[in-house]
Amino acid sequence: MAAETTTTTSAAPGRFSGLREFWYYFSMNHGAVLGLAVFLLLILVAIFAPVLAPFPPDQQFREFIRMAPSWAGGTQPQFFLGTDEVGRDILSRLIHGARFSLFIGFFVVVLAMITGVTFGLLAGYFRGWVDAMIMRVMDIILAFPSLLLALVMVAILGPGLLNAMLAIALVLQPHFARLTRAAVLSEKSREYVTSAKVAGAGHLRQMFITILPNCLGPLIVQATLSFSNAILDAAALGFLGMGAQPPTPEWGTMLARAREFITSAWWIVTMPGLAILITVLAINLVGDGLRDALDPKLKRS
Amino acid sequence: MLRFILQKLALIVPTIIGITIASFAFIRLLPGDPILAMASQYGVTPERYEILKHQYGYDLPIWQQYFNYVGGILQGNFGISLATKRPVIEEFMTLFPATVELALFAILIAVALGIPAGIFAAIKRGSWFDQITMGVALTGYSMPIFWWGLLLIIFFSGYLGWTPVSGRIAVSFFFPRVTGFMLIDSLIAGKPAGFVSALRHLILPAVVLATIPLAVIARQTRSAMLEVLGEDYVRTARAKGLEPSRVVAVHAFRNALIPVVTTIGLQVGLLMGGAILTETIFSWPGIGKWMIDSISKRDYVSVQSGLLLIALIVMAVNLIVDILYAVINPRIRVQ
Amino acid sequence: MHLMKTLLAATALVAVMGGSVYAKQLVFCSEASPAHFDPGPTTGGNDFDASSRAIYDRLVEFEHGGTAVIPGLAESWEVSADGLEYTFKLRPGVKFHTTSYFTPTRDLTADDVIFSLERQWKEDNAWNKYLEGISWDYFQGMDMPKFLKSVEKGADDLTVVITLNEPNAPMIANLGMDFASIVSKEYADQLLAKNDPAALADFSNKPVGTGAFVFVDYQTDAVIRYQAFADYWRGKVAIDDLIFAITTDPAVRAQKLKAGECDIMSYPAPADVAGLQDDANLQVLEQEGLNIGYMSYNTTVAPMDNANVRKALSMAINKTAIVDAVYEGAGQVAKNLIPPTMWSYDDKIVDTTYDPEGAKKLLADAGVSGLTLDLWAMPVSRPYNPNAQRVAELIQADWAAVGVTANIVTYEWTEYRERGKKPDRPGAFQIGWTGDNGDPDNFFATLFSCSAIGVSNYSSWCNDDFEKVIQDAKKVSDQAERTALYTKAQEIFKAEEPAMTIAHSKVFMPMNKRVVGYTMDPLGIHRFDNVDVTE
Repeated sequence: MAAETTTTTSAAPGRFSGLREFWYYFSMNHGAVLGLAVFLLLILVAIFAPVLAPFPPDQQFREFIRMAPSWAGGTQPQFFLGTDEVGRDILSRLIHGARFSLFIGFFVVVLAMITGVTFGLLAGYFRGWVDAMIMRVMDIILAFPSLLLALVMVAILGPGLLNAMLAIALVLQPHFARLTRAAVLSEKSREYVTSAKVAGAGHLRQMFITILPNCLGPLIVQATLSFSNAILDAAALGFLGMGAQPPTPEWGTMLARAREFITSAWWIVTMPGLAILITVLAINLVGDGLRDALDPKLKRS
Repeated sequence: MLRFILQKLALIVPTIIGITIASFAFIRLLPGDPILAMASQYGVTPERYEILKHQYGYDLPIWQQYFNYVGGILQGNFGISLATKRPVIEEFMTLFPATVELALFAILIAVALGIPAGIFAAIKRGSWFDQITMGVALTGYSMPIFWWGLLLIIFFSGYLGWTPVSGRIAVSFFFPRVTGFMLIDSLIAGKPAGFVSALRHLILPAVVLATIPLAVIARQTRSAMLEVLGEDYVRTARAKGLEPSRVVAVHAFRNALIPVVTTIGLQVGLLMGGAILTETIFSWPGIGKWMIDSISKRDYVSVQSGLLLIALIVMAVNLIVDILYAVINPRIRVQ
Repeated sequence: MHLMKTLLAATALVAVMGGSVYAKQLVFCSEASPAHFDPGPTTGGNDFDASSRAIYDRLVEFEHGGTAVIPGLAESWEVSADGLEYTFKLRPGVKFHTTSYFTPTRDLTADDVIFSLERQWKEDNAWNKYLEGISWDYFQGMDMPKFLKSVEKGADDLTVVITLNEPNAPMIANLGMDFASIVSKEYADQLLAKNDPAALADFSNKPVGTGAFVFVDYQTDAVIRYQAFADYWRGKVAIDDLIFAITTDPAVRAQKLKAGECDIMSYPAPADVAGLQDDANLQVLEQEGLNIGYMSYNTTVAPMDNANVRKALSMAINKTAIVDAVYEGAGQVAKNLIPPTMWSYDDKIVDTTYDPEGAKKLLADAGVSGLTLDLWAMPVSRPYNPNAQRVAELIQADWAAVGVTANIVTYEWTEYRERGKKPDRPGAFQIGWTGDNGDPDNFFATLFSCSAIGVSNYSSWCNDDFEKVIQDAKKVSDQAERTALYTKAQEIFKAEEPAMTIAHSKVFMPMNKRVVGYTMDPLGIHRFDNVDVTE
């Protein structure tokens, strides 16, 4: 489909002269700095979850089932965000849930990037039938709405967090493949590649050592985008009952199980959603900043 | 132009074949036996099981099943739903208008709000309007829409009671189905009150579905406008003394529209994904909800054909977008 | 001809629409779309609500709000002394529905009854395979092919004689079940005469029956419309229009009811019940459901082949806490397999008490320590167990307290049952049952007979004493004698603990206060033939 037109949007070499220039552009965007701060905070929360969380995430206080937050009419100040349907502390579950969401993001992005970049490199470097084959497969994957494809994949593999992550990685990787391929095509004809070739560099060396580092800019931007998409999709799958399974404190899964409480216990519904929104927003803010700093074509805006 | 279209079509054929293989293969890989899935709490006797297996052709070699499948599709036969025993295509066509109505309305909201917001944000670059608009847009873009939908239901339907909770139209309205679009059918039947009711039912799900496209379109319009505003001919026009609003309207907007149109086109696939969640939350009887229900009911045949039909529709829309893009932007054809 | 039909249909439509202004209308927020409208091959309660309970009648009926059998299309019946021959006297003058697609020329006769059963039974019947992949699950499930010898016309057009191969006490109750609904042979013949296989499907999409409501229209996954049948043999019902607004999410159904978008709803989420009860415009009826949620131990896999280990595992579980947290007051702790509303329920049975210390001791005595086992949780919500995942989480915590580690296992619903049925399945398996006809046999024999191993005996439990008792109870027709036998069955069950009975759920039916006369049904079906609405 749009495979051929992507070529035109390929970026010029994402070379930046140094970390300082990068930080200069990045910090110009106040939102991005804020997003980065929130994101780092989330990472800290995830790392120190057992220390920070007031209770273990699956400890059930059966005498305090569906207790409202202490500031909203609840009588138990130890449950700052209230308790859920079996009396677990929501704040503790959210804190532990941060681990899952960030892990999902990292795992999916790494997997999608490794496979997508490899395929993209192969396609762009060798062209010919390798290119045609790989890109048609990518077209096929992209022809399906990603959430639907992920859903069907999970239906095949069976519901569960790992399978959901695999499915999401599968539907996200064509973007990396296309991006890499386009970048490789525009890099390949450049002098430094030709000289490496003349100097006798092998295929692998040319692909990974010579060309790849010069395509990094747009890939990093895409990785950030995929990171937030992965968290959203995993939550959506969890919400539809096809992602992480209870009692895992994954945010989307917490929402799915809490659906019946939208009228009777709003905090069970509100809190996990808010956590997802804040995380995804922070990452997208960082993504915007990265794009400004790394993608020269868009630097002006 | 014709060559361009033919080229595009040639590229699409292998993809279509790939899609049929994918949709066929996916479903064979599902766990859970389709025949047992249909049984009641009493189960099925082994003899009965064999008979059913044969009736459905599940006892044939896999490649033969595939060719039967493709052969059927070419004749417009997408199989019989395991759950309702009705032709899948019939069910699909009954439910599809509901999704289209919702999606079109959502796109309408996204375009009507997103483009002006993007333009103004670009013109007033750096202003508080720009910053707030882009902040809101990024929030919308980051929204888990299934949660957003629940919040809107709680607030507008539950708390304020302004909008109906679910469904496409109040059940008291009953008129013949002509187009499948409630907004149109109500008018054909001469029931303006039905039109209003349909609109009231449509608004909340459409807003939820429009959230992400709206954010994308606003952001895209803004950056396209900024790019165009920075180009020489706009500066020239300004230098010639044309008043700024005219510059924006005539020159810049037309050129900025090109990438925006592509963006809108590319939202179609995303809308289908969003429709799954939106329809589930609002009990909207469209194909998104139908797919989810079919997956959970293990209705192999419906999932398989639904996947295929949706992919084909998304591809067709993308093809149209590509062609439109080439029409407004002749440069692309050369490549 | 085609034009004529369209016009007729349009006229009917206009008539319905025109009439609706003054009509008494009842909107039911139902929980799922029906597969179609033929009650023979369908199996879901939602299918039956939309077909058999609105459109069709049966030879005998269950009384409103109970499981006692009362005359339906059969005015009276006689059973021969050997229990093999049933003679039904049909009610004269019973009319079939006149719709836009069918106009009956005759009243109900024995032919319709014979056809209704034979189409499910005889493979050579033209209707036996009229839909692709059709199977007559209930007909098969109730073992009708095994018991039926013949269904024939008696002395006149209004007499039907059903002959059995062997006595079967639950037979009369079976004939009151949905699958035994009486359809129109005349309509079937008309469709068959079209010689078009596609036309046969109309039998399931455009139903014709003798029941209280005439089918008008179905908008897939959204709305089903019915009109009161003016010539209904019991007399026209009080309401004029019946509408099913299909709404799958229970929270949404509750909101629609509050907003006045529907008058009555099925299966509220337990969490919503209190809020609905508080609403001044609403009333909430409640009733014990004819169901049981239980957890089957696999009695063939060590260490659960030891009854004491099974008892210990049950003792470690705080059932009251489960009923409170998951059923949220919408259930009662179950000590027997059958619910208290069913005849032969033995109230003298003493339930296993919650006793973690005792459980530890029993386990130690049995030489079991550091036990790890699978704990199966259904992926779906059922009336007998609204949230098996949550139950599993609670049991997991309880077992941890006595040193038993549980891994929660779940699969897609069909896969779940398939794996669960395997005789060598490890672990404890949550499942349940909703009664179909109010006969205890429908619980004891269906769930725990030896022949049900690999089918629906998830404990793979085959106990000679238990088996003898329940098989004997099938053969006698005297209820007192049967009660004695089933009492014995309940004692054996409790002593052996092949499964832990968790709870019988309570079923709630919230409705607008303007709805009058609705009676809840222990079989979990929703009927509206005795309902009226006030303005």
